[in-house]
Amino acid sequence: MLHLSASAYTAMVGHCLDELPYEGCGLLAGAGSSGQAGAADEDAHATVCFPTANAAKSSRIYTVEPRDMLRADRAAEERGLTIIGVFHSHTHTDAYPSPTDVAQAPVADWHYVLVSLRDEAPVVRSYRILDGKILEEVVVLDR
Amino acid sequence: MPVEVRLPTMLRQYAAGQPSVQANGATIGEVLEDLSVQFPQLKGHVITDDGVLHKFVNIYVNDDDVRFLDKLETKVGADDVVSILPAVAGGAC
Repeated sequence: MLHLSASAYTAMVGHCLDELPYEGCGLLAGAGSSGQAGAADEDAHATVCFPTANAAKSSRIYTVEPRDMLRADRAAEERGLTIIGVFHSHTHTDAYPSPTDVAQAPVADWHYVLVSLRDEAPVVRSYRILDGKILEEVVVLDR
Repeated sequence: MPVEVRLPTMLRQYAAGQPSVQANGATIGEVLEDLSVQFPQLKGHVITDDGVLHKFVNIYVNDDDVRFLDKLETKVGADDVVSILPAVAGGAC
């Protein structure tokens, strides 16, 4: 289960909307999650969103700008947090990991959040991706 | 002369859970080689068998990505901080 703070949720969705027509992307930080890596039923709390530039500048793919990754990693550590996941938007498709997303998922412990902007209202879903397997997890908005 | 090497969470398991370690070398390549000697399980996760940077990591010397410097020949000094971070990408297509 991924808990998203209201501020992290708002920043994440807002950033994805701002980045249109490109895919928006960024990193989520929190206190980390417990339990087995990749388990869909462990609880994690994302309290900070670090919007990043999409170095690919594309509506079909994203690349987190490496310098933004570096800045986010340092900023998270200064706050006593760790990067626990990445989000990106699908501008015209479902909020579900594509084969590209699965193939390029770099970190087994991370939460992979998709924001679909296909319809009028953004749709947010989250997944664990481990050894090519996609496990959807519940997203809870902490208000 | 040892330099500080900051490890991403995903690689710390191969370095006894340490977030940063010291490694010797005058270039990034030498530093990574020393890391592999200290922590054999790290080998292959940062540099491929072909001797190039793994596509899933980016390496910085302070604020600079070594891919835009001299790659594995990038020089490092005692005051430099080497950061290894995941390269994050994907997309709908």
